[in-house]
Amino acid sequence: MRIGVITFPGSLDDVDAARAVRLAGAEPVALWHADHDLRDVDAVVLPGGFSYGDYLRAGAIAARAPLMQDVVDRARQGMPVLGICNGFQVLCEAGLLPGALTRNSHLHFRNRDQRLRIERADTAWTSAYTSGQEIVVPVKNGEGRYVAAPDELERLEGEGRVAVRYVGGNPNGSLRDVAGVTSEDGRVVGLMPHPEHAVEDLTGPSTDGLGFFTSVLKAVVAA
Amino acid sequence: MTQGLSDLDTGPGPLSHRLDTVALAESTADVEQPYAELGLANDEYARIRDILGRRPTTAELAMYSVMWSEHCSYKSSKVHLRRFGDLPPSEHLLVGIGENAGVVDVGDGYAVTFKVESHNHPSYVEPYQGAATGVGGIVRDILTMGARPVAVMDSLRFGRADAPDTARVLPGVVAGVGGYGNCLGLPNVGGELLFDECYAGNPLVNALCVGVMRHEDVRLAKAEGVGNRVVLFGARTGGDGIGGVSVLASETFDQEGPAKRPSVQVGDPFTEKLLIEACLEIFAQDLVTGIQDLGGAGLSCATSELASAGTGGMHVDLDRVPLRDSTLTPAEILMSESQERMCAIVEPAKVDAFLAVCRKWDVLATVIGEVTAGDRLTVDWHGERIVDVPPRTVAHEGPVYERPMRRPAELDALQADDPAALPRPATPEELTAHWLAVVASPDGADKTWVTEQYDRYVRGNTVLAQPDDAGVVRIDEESHRGIALALDGNARFARLDPYAGAQLNLAEAYRNVAVTGARPLAVTNCLNFGSPEEPEVMWQFAEAVRGLADACRDLGLPVTGGNVSLYNQTGDVAINPTPVIGVLGVHDDVRDRVPTGWRAAGETVLLLGETRPEFGGSAWASVVHGHLGGRPPAVDLEAERALGQLLGALGREGLVTSAHDLADGGLAQALTESALRYGTGATLRLAADVFTALFSESGARAVVTTADPEAVRTTAEWAGVAVTELGTTGGDVLAVEGVGELPLAELRAAWTATLPALFGSPEVTVGSVPAGTVPTS
Repeated sequence: MRIGVITFPGSLDDVDAARAVRLAGAEPVALWHADHDLRDVDAVVLPGGFSYGDYLRAGAIAARAPLMQDVVDRARQGMPVLGICNGFQVLCEAGLLPGALTRNSHLHFRNRDQRLRIERADTAWTSAYTSGQEIVVPVKNGEGRYVAAPDELERLEGEGRVAVRYVGGNPNGSLRDVAGVTSEDGRVVGLMPHPEHAVEDLTGPSTDGLGFFTSVLKAVVAA
Repeated sequence: MTQGLSDLDTGPGPLSHRLDTVALAESTADVEQPYAELGLANDEYARIRDILGRRPTTAELAMYSVMWSEHCSYKSSKVHLRRFGDLPPSEHLLVGIGENAGVVDVGDGYAVTFKVESHNHPSYVEPYQGAATGVGGIVRDILTMGARPVAVMDSLRFGRADAPDTARVLPGVVAGVGGYGNCLGLPNVGGELLFDECYAGNPLVNALCVGVMRHEDVRLAKAEGVGNRVVLFGARTGGDGIGGVSVLASETFDQEGPAKRPSVQVGDPFTEKLLIEACLEIFAQDLVTGIQDLGGAGLSCATSELASAGTGGMHVDLDRVPLRDSTLTPAEILMSESQERMCAIVEPAKVDAFLAVCRKWDVLATVIGEVTAGDRLTVDWHGERIVDVPPRTVAHEGPVYERPMRRPAELDALQADDPAALPRPATPEELTAHWLAVVASPDGADKTWVTEQYDRYVRGNTVLAQPDDAGVVRIDEESHRGIALALDGNARFARLDPYAGAQLNLAEAYRNVAVTGARPLAVTNCLNFGSPEEPEVMWQFAEAVRGLADACRDLGLPVTGGNVSLYNQTGDVAINPTPVIGVLGVHDDVRDRVPTGWRAAGETVLLLGETRPEFGGSAWASVVHGHLGGRPPAVDLEAERALGQLLGALGREGLVTSAHDLADGGLAQALTESALRYGTGATLRLAADVFTALFSESGARAVVTTADPEAVRTTAEWAGVAVTELGTTGGDVLAVEGVGELPLAELRAAWTATLPALFGSPEVTVGSVPAGTVPTS
């Protein structure tokens, strides 16, 4: 099982995402933003960081990288894609996920261990959890406030597209406490919190994040 | 300030509209030059004329003025800093003082380089950019050694927490440290945040970076091999930070004078991140023979230091330097401190490969010159020679002063003002009130308001970070080898006795590393003082250096390098002497690390070390009585070493579940932090003199928890460390005989409320903001 991790200029958590993939039992494959080459991967992770220094809008420039065209094409055919933090921002900018991420309502960068509720346990990236399960993983962002137009939010809620929600405190002012959303087919998931930072007892607040990376193994085998 | 330079190149007068070349300087010996405005003394200017045998050109004057500034030349501190170089050689030290940062062998072929640097003056003028570029600068120093930067720390000091100017400076500094470090992808694993009136107008922003490499990857800053190319890479050169080192960092602030904001550099962490990745790829492909970052004094520093440390000859065509502002004069280009730039020496055959790596990372790279035979540094501007100097006279043979020193006359009275005379809490109610006052004071309070703005997780190797006593970072995922780092600088102790104060600061950082179970290996420092032109300040500086050097000799630790920041004073009021000391330790296996917090109920709480009635410079005297006087706690380095060995053994053998160093605020502070970390209380009985037990700041102490107190006692006996049983963990109160029951909720409320109340609470209500609401906080 080969899972790609894309490095854009300014990607930071690519080493962490690769480690999480490895700990989940898959082979992490480094992908370079400027190549038109997905290197035969079965799924792709867009890691956290500050691609292009957040210039223009967070994720806006990376969404137009050459490799992203390949990612979008393959995602529309069902390849699982996970966007974490800046990766989530890139997926929204690339049109694979609805909504947008804006400046935290309190205007500070915030890093804390965050409780989350898994709302959808049937996506390619969350099947290792049970619906309603609470987990703790780090959140760290300055532009993590999820927003969408009111009718779009209603639609997303109605379609069950909110995959993960903040509980026990909303760290950034996200509407409806949305921490992550999924595509209609459940193959593309984006979230602001960092499951890849909660994969080892030694370095994380928990190992609750590993489930995202083990989930996709099943999703790929089943596909 | 820069006006003087521009005048000479373009303004009216005998040189108007003419480039000031070496030829012109030879024929116009008597032109008046603005050396005083550039910070050079009369005799320094005379010496430059002497070295060159003529007046310097405008460009040469610019170079000498920045390189001979206090900040770059260490002209006042050099004679004292030799004490660090005179320490006995250490088997662990791979590269010592003099390079960009010292390099320490941490085992298994790994080398670690670490250093602290101040960015005090820029952070006062422009808090966000000042602090941000402080982080950027120290990260480039570490990168220059060939290492991958793996973590940062910050040691911050401001004026009174409730002063209006602190509300201006602190949020910007914290956002700047976070904004730059977060965007670089470096975890912030610890530091300090302290307040004192003496820092009003002179905040201290000291940033540490640590990097890791293999032994064989160490790089040095020297230009060798005639014909090798000089490559400037990274950001374009702009007009920011011109004269930063001479104007800002080497002068005292005064009330008058023009705004100095243009002297502060502007940072772009995204460019620096690309620079880091490009450099590491360049190192991996072995494409450079020497490398230097551009920081203080910019190109003047990089070219003269590279040439001076090498064979001496270098030629640069300055008009090839890519500019952000095409109107810059040659002198300004030489002085600019634009950030995110590096200078490499590359063999001609490797230039193409070098440029290819830079292209991959979108890093601009330009060949601007080459290493030449001979021992002159020459710089041309569109074919005309504007600099022709012996580089050693610029970089390494600057002025050295033996400044007059005088023990402050006030010191006797200060030391005689013994805190033993202060009223002490007598009743349980008073003890509780003093306890809460100390832990809720801005110095003692929870620092989450700050540390939440820092990424501590990135790279996935952070094993311990604030609020633990030291940062612990894994450096090898297979062997679990890791490092521990702490930064400490109690300036109250140093004010009362700079010799002992520096030693106590070293001891505290040493302890903070040791409580995690690490073996302390090496020392760095950032020495923040007032004006060296004041004999009393110079005496404080000399005493602190002597104290630190003596303590390092006693503990067998090398000093790997450091930084000196002088002129931290406004008018004739200097800051308290603030030697901030960093200690690096090694963990053979980071899985053995010991955290500070109590988790389990039913464990025995033990105090290691001896408590004496020592309150001079204590947090209790300061917070409760606003008092600073007497003598600081006694220094006992033998006891520190014994405690360190004991803590290492306890960690390796897994005999303790937590360990917390005792320092500012004494046992009261340590108990509070250990209990609140995971919300586990304790029932405790302290010594008969509960007040002394709680608030004394005697050194060489730590509090530990264990499931096996007998084994700890046996090990402590072997190490020669006294053990006192304090009680048992459990419950949701701290129940202390003679004080009463302190509910953890009440303690937490007091401890956590302080900083948000002062600097704003970035809370978000659960349930979220309605769509379309404009953020207001």
